Formats: sequence, C-alpha cells, structure tokens
Amino acid sequence: MTTVDDLRQRVADLLAAHPPESTPRQDFLDARFDAGLAWIHFPEGLGGLTAPRSLQSVVDKELAAAGAPDNDKRRIGIGLGMAAPTILAFGTPEQHQRFLRPLWTEREVWCQLFSEPGAGSDLAALGTRAVRDGDDWVVTGQKVWTSGAHKSQWAILVTRTDPDVPKHRGMTYFLCDMTASGVEVRPLRQITGEAEFNEVFLSEVRIPDAHRLGAVGAGWKVAQTTLMNERVAIGGTEFPRDGGMVGVVTETWRERPDLRTSELHDRLLKLWVEGESLRLVSSRLRQQLAAGAPGPEGSAVKVAFSELNQAASGLEIELLGDEGLRYDDWTMRRPDGVDFLGREAGYRYLRAKGNSIEGGTSEVLRNIIAERVLGLPSEPRIDKDVAWKDLPR
Amino acid sequence: MSDLLYSEVEEDLRASVRDLFSGRAAPAALIARTESAEPYDLKLWRTLAADLGAAGLAVPEALGGHGASAREVAVVMEELGRSVAPVPYLGSAVLATSALLATDPSQAEVTERLGKLAAGTLIGALAVPLSTAPGSEFPSTVTATADGTLNGQVRSVADASVAELLVVPAVGPDGPGLYTVDVASAGVTITEAISLDLTRRIADVGLENVTAKRVAVSSAAVSALDTALVTAAGLLASEQLGIAEWALAETVRYLKERYQFGRPVGSFQSLKHRLANLYTDLVNARATARYAADCLASGDDIAIAVAVAQARNSPIAVHATEEAIQLHGGIGMTWEHPAHLYLKRAKSDEIALGTPGRHRAALAPLIDLPA
Ligand SMILES: Cc1cc2nc3c(=O)[nH]c(=O)nc-3n(C[C@H](O)[C@H](O)[C@H](O)COP(=O)(O)OP(=O)(O)OC[C@H]3O[C@@H](n4cnc5c(N)ncnc54)[C@H](O)[C@@H]3O)c2cc1C
Repeated sequence: MTTVDDLRQRVADLLAAHPPESTPRQDFLDARFDAGLAWIHFPEGLGGLTAPRSLQSVVDKELAAAGAPDNDKRRIGIGLGMAAPTILAFGTPEQHQRFLRPLWTEREVWCQLFSEPGAGSDLAALGTRAVRDGDDWVVTGQKVWTSGAHKSQWAILVTRTDPDVPKHRGMTYFLCDMTASGVEVRPLRQITGEAEFNEVFLSEVRIPDAHRLGAVGAGWKVAQTTLMNERVAIGGTEFPRDGGMVGVVTETWRERPDLRTSELHDRLLKLWVEGESLRLVSSRLRQQLAAGAPGPEGSAVKVAFSELNQAASGLEIELLGDEGLRYDDWTMRRPDGVDFLGREAGYRYLRAKGNSIEGGTSEVLRNIIAERVLGLPSEPRIDKDVAWKDLPR
Repeated sequence: MSDLLYSEVEEDLRASVRDLFSGRAAPAALIARTESAEPYDLKLWRTLAADLGAAGLAVPEALGGHGASAREVAVVMEELGRSVAPVPYLGSAVLATSALLATDPSQAEVTERLGKLAAGTLIGALAVPLSTAPGSEFPSTVTATADGTLNGQVRSVADASVAELLVVPAVGPDGPGLYTVDVASAGVTITEAISLDLTRRIADVGLENVTAKRVAVSSAAVSALDTALVTAAGLLASEQLGIAEWALAETVRYLKERYQFGRPVGSFQSLKHRLANLYTDLVNARATARYAADCLASGDDIAIAVAVAQARNSPIAVHATEEAIQLHGGIGMTWEHPAHLYLKRAKSDEIALGTPGRHRAALAPLIDLPA
C-alpha cells in the first residue's frame, strides 16, 4: 500500500535526480513516468504504482510547487482521458508497453475516430468497414467531428466487422496509426470560426491485427469503457473553488464594478453555488473512481458541467454588454488542443455549446441515467435484433 | 382594443419580403458573405428598401414614405430575423429614421434626409452603442461646440460600417442635441469591429472637428433619442420572434429527417416535449411582439408593452437558437450549418437596446412593483 509519505519520498527522489531547472521537459516527463509518478493508479512499469488514484493530487501539487514541467492536458486530453484507460483495460502486455509511455509523455497525441455522419448518438450504427486480410485488417469509411485529428499520431477507432449480426455485436475496436496510408484528415470548421475538429476519410487503411483492442466483435464493450471515461474526462475535470467557467465570470465581475447589476448579481451567485457543488461532485466522483471503474454518476456530472458552462459563459456576454457584442477573431485556425476556458467571452460562449454534444449529448446521458441508474424501462427498441445491414436509416 | 393579428396588407408585405430573402439570402450564400469583402448585401438592401418600399413604411407620405406604421415595420423585422439577411435595416430604417421622425420633421435638413432614408437611397445609423437601453442617460461621449462642430467617439454602432448618414447625440453648450453628420465629411472615421453577430455588424465611430447640423436641442433631443430607442427595442422583439420561428421550424424539419436508433430522432418523446415547449414560447413571443408593434403604432401603453416584449422575447430567441444547436447535434456546431448565424444574432439582440434584466428593471416602477 502506497502512503502519502511514500509518494512524497518518491517525488523528492525524482526531483533530486532530475532537477527541474536543469532537466529538459521531455526528459523530466520520461523520468517521472519511469518513477511511477505519471498516473499513480496505473500498474508499476506503466507509469504508476497501483496506488489509490485519490493520491494523485499529492504528487501533482508537490511537482508543481517544485516548478517541474508537466504534460499538456489540453493537447493530450483524448489520449489521457479515453485511450489510456481503454488500452489499460483491454490491451495486451505488448500494447501496454508500446503505447502508454509515448502517450503520457506527449510524444504521441491521440484522437478518437468514433462518430460518423450517420452514427452520432447511435454510435453502434456505425458503418466504417474493417475486413480481415491475412495479418491485417483493411479499413474503409468516413469519420466526422474528430477533435485534434490534425495533431494526432494515433487514434482509437471503432469499425464494423460483421454487418450480418445486430449492430452491437458486429463491431471491432482498433488502434489506428494516423500516419498510415489511406488516412486523410480534412478540417471541419466550427461555430467558433476555428477548426478544432475534422472529417477523417479512411480508404483501405491497413491495420495490423496486433493493433486490435479486444476480441473481434467485442468493439461495443470496449467502446463503452472509452465512453464512460470520456464523460468523466469532460465533466469531472478538477478545478479549484471559484474556478472553471464560473471563475472566469467572477474574475470579470470583480474587475468591472461598472458592469454590475443586482439582477446579474443574483444569477451569478446562483451559478457560483452550482459551481461549488459541481466541484464537490467531481471530487466525489474521482474518489469513487479510485475505488473502481467510473459509474453512471459520470453521466450526471457531465450533464451538470455542460449546463453550468453554458449558463456561466452566456451570463458573461450579457454582463459585458457593449463588449459582448464583439468577438476576438473569426479567422479559421487549427488549434493545438481544446481549451473551453480559452480566449475571450464570445469564444467561450460558443465553444461551451459543444459541451452538451461532445462525448455523448445531454439527452443521451439523461436516457442513460433514467434507464441504467433509475431503472426506468427503455423505449421500445426496433433496432435490437435486426442485422446491422437491415436497419432503417 | 389593440389588434394582435396580422392584416391582409401585412401578410402581403410579409410574403414579398420572405420571397425576396428566400431567393437572395440563402444560408450558404450568407455564410460565404460573412467573410467576403462585402459582408453587407447592398443590392439586396436596395431591393428591400427601395423596390419593396420597406425603408419608408413608418414615414408619412408627405415626407416621402408609405404612411404605414410600426406594425408593418415589425413584419419586416420578423422576416429579417427569420433570414438574418445582411442588410442595414435596424440601423437605417428603424434607428436613424425613428430618431429623425421624432425631431421636428418640417426642418429642411430633416425633411430632405428623411425623404432619402425612406426611399432607401440613403443609409443611416444612429450613433449610440447598440447596447443602449431606452431611458438611459443621454450619451456624453461626443461634445458639440456652439457652431455645431462635433468631437468624440461612439463604440459599437449598429450598421455604421455601411452608413452614409449618422444621427449623433452630442452635448453642447446649451445641453443635449441631436445632429446629422455626413459620413463622407472630413474628420469622420468608421472602424469596423469584429462583431459576434456576423450578419449585423457594429463599428466604432470617431468624430474629430466634424461639421454637423443640429436637428434637435435640449429636451426635444432627449425625447427624440429616447423615442428612437423605444421604437427600435419594441420592433426588435419582432426580429427575435422571427429568429425563434426559424429555429423551431428548422429543428422540427431536421428531427423528422434525422435517424438514430433506427427511428427519426423527432419521435423521442423527450425531444417532442422540448419542441412543444419552444412552440409555447413562440406563441408568447408572437403576442408580445404584436402588442408592442400595435402600441408603437397607436401610441398607447408603449413603455410597458416594449419592456414586456424585450424582457420576454430576448431570452426566447436565445433559448430557441441554443436548442436548435443542441438538437442538431454535431452538425449544429459546424460553420457550414446556418444555426450559428442565428445564435449569434439572438445573443447580440439580447444585449441590443437593453438586456432583459434592464427591461425588467424599467418595468418595475411602471407597474408599481418597487424593489
Ligand atoms: C465539439 C465536438 C467535438 C467532438 N469530438 C469528437 C471526437 O473527437 N470524436 C468523435 O468520434 N466524435 C466527436 N464528436 C461527435 C459527438 O460525439 C456527436 O456529435 C454526438 O455523439 C452526437 O451525435 P450527432 O451529432 O450525430 O447527433 P444526433 O445523434 O443526430 O442527435 C441529434 C439530436 O437528437 C438527440 N437524440 C439522439 N438520440 C436521442 C434519443 N435516443 N433520445 C433523445 N434524444 C436523442 C441528440 O441528443 C441531439 O440533440 C464531437 C462533437 C462535438 C460537437
């Protein structure tokens, strides 16, 4: 059992062996990974110590206080939040060794090739085909809304391997090399003016069977792990009291007495209280996670997170009045990473609209809460026992 | 009793404006235009303003207009909301025109300018920040000398980037005044801002020793400006109604077509109820917008009607467009889908001419509900 003192000692040892001021960033990240201090709940040899996840903050705080470099969560959010836990849960030892270290040390950035033009909420309807050819699979199809594909070396990918069985049973999950031939990434511009996401066209992309994650036909089960972690990654982000999107607005409020009105004051205080309770729910969720896999609470947290982000960023524009009529820059660019709190009020407001869509829409998450948590009967399903190829679309 | 329905004439007007916009302000073209060298469509403006006569609807015939009323202007505003067509209607035909109409229109300067504004041959703008609420203090960022020379700055003026005439509130030696300024005059600078609303732009106006004509002074200037702001705020409620109508209609259409889980997503009851709620909002928005327009036309109960319409319709338009984005899923987050144009218009309209909170606060003393 790793204790807090234990961790402090390891951090001290790491800092002594690799003084942050004189160690290049990448070397420090390597050393931190090898010391088991990357994600302490991961197994030894894979960047962790099989320690309780709740103690991670001890490590993070000590390292930050010592001025140690860290990886950029905004750039590697998908790798960290979604690919890593899925690879850990379903990967072979070879896959663990090959992928987790470069993922955490930011040498390889990941994206998520799940959604398709015809398969968004209904992910299990996807049609990207993977056909076995000797030791390889040949993959053809189109993905859409792929965040960060233009910056990624690897992708988690779900495909259809058997169109003749009901949709949930005919899928297979792969790790896809984004530099392989046949992978084409095209920018897809969004409401904010930038192209954070992309369309990805896969034409006869060859993926070795060694890069399959989980059994053939078990793609849905593997994808469930990714999706549950995604919700937690989006909604369960740790922020301090008076932080997050509410924090951005409270800062404006404190700096700009000229903008204050009693009506907005009342609304801001309500949001502040919601922010504080969300902070507590998120930390409760992380404590639960330390004890096991993310449960359906993750869905509730993500719904609440989206609503709060949208309300707070919407209020900020109203508060700014005249300045809220302006935008910083509509130029189309392809950002390095996702930053909900970045840029200016207009950007934050527009970007927040995506929070209730990406990683499962709030409607779908509410269905999950209603059915899986509250046990309410599901709506009549007409797509359960039909072969994928015969589904109405 | 005020008439909350649409007259036949109003329906005809609506039909021709809608027809014009559906042919010449199609969404894909609008999106392309937002980043072109000509973000405003001045050809479309001329057709709307001059050929359809929409610019002079509320201007009396004697002054070159059509002698209709705010009710007809409101119908044009509804269609503007429904299409977010990039034309300077609010700035010119509503704000600048109402301000001049509220001065003494028999002055030669005003008669002449109003005639051209009504004919759609002159584009005007009212030089106040678009966020200015009715009842605000008279603006003091521009000063006037006794001989009518203006100096100062005004930020975030709607439609100023294409205006030829500015109607400028300024404070001079004998108090508040309203002035007309040719944009082409020496000393006028118009700096386009990057607007949240891509189809109605704002610009910053700079005035340096600019020669101007005073068209109203002291309490007459204050009341002319306020009349313009109240009129525009009341009419904006109709634009907000149009925005919400577009959002609902487009979302209903999409949810009937979009299949997930082997069925149209619009068949899920949770979504049906959301759309039914939007419809309920819309029914409310229509009645309040009509009432405001009718009061502006008749002169009765204006203050309450406008405050109610703005307090109610601003959030309805914002909510409807936010729902449209959400219910379109990932497609709603893309640049190529027009939903964002409507969201940006609705959110800007929420600030324009007073936020809902400002209008609720303005309502309190009118209905004897002090804090
Ligand atoms: C900013 C952003 C980033 C994204 N990044 C990625 C990424 O990196 N990788 C990736 O694979 N995908 C990504 N996505 C895609 C995202 O996962 C999908 O957009 C999402 O799952 C919704 O699917 P859809 O867009 O097809 O909407 P649809 O499924 O068509 O839904 C339309 C509307 O119907 C509602 N609806 C659907 N089914 C039901 C139901 N059963 N009951 C009630 N309501 C329902 C939805 O909630 C939505 O409001 C991203 C999306 C956004 C907006």
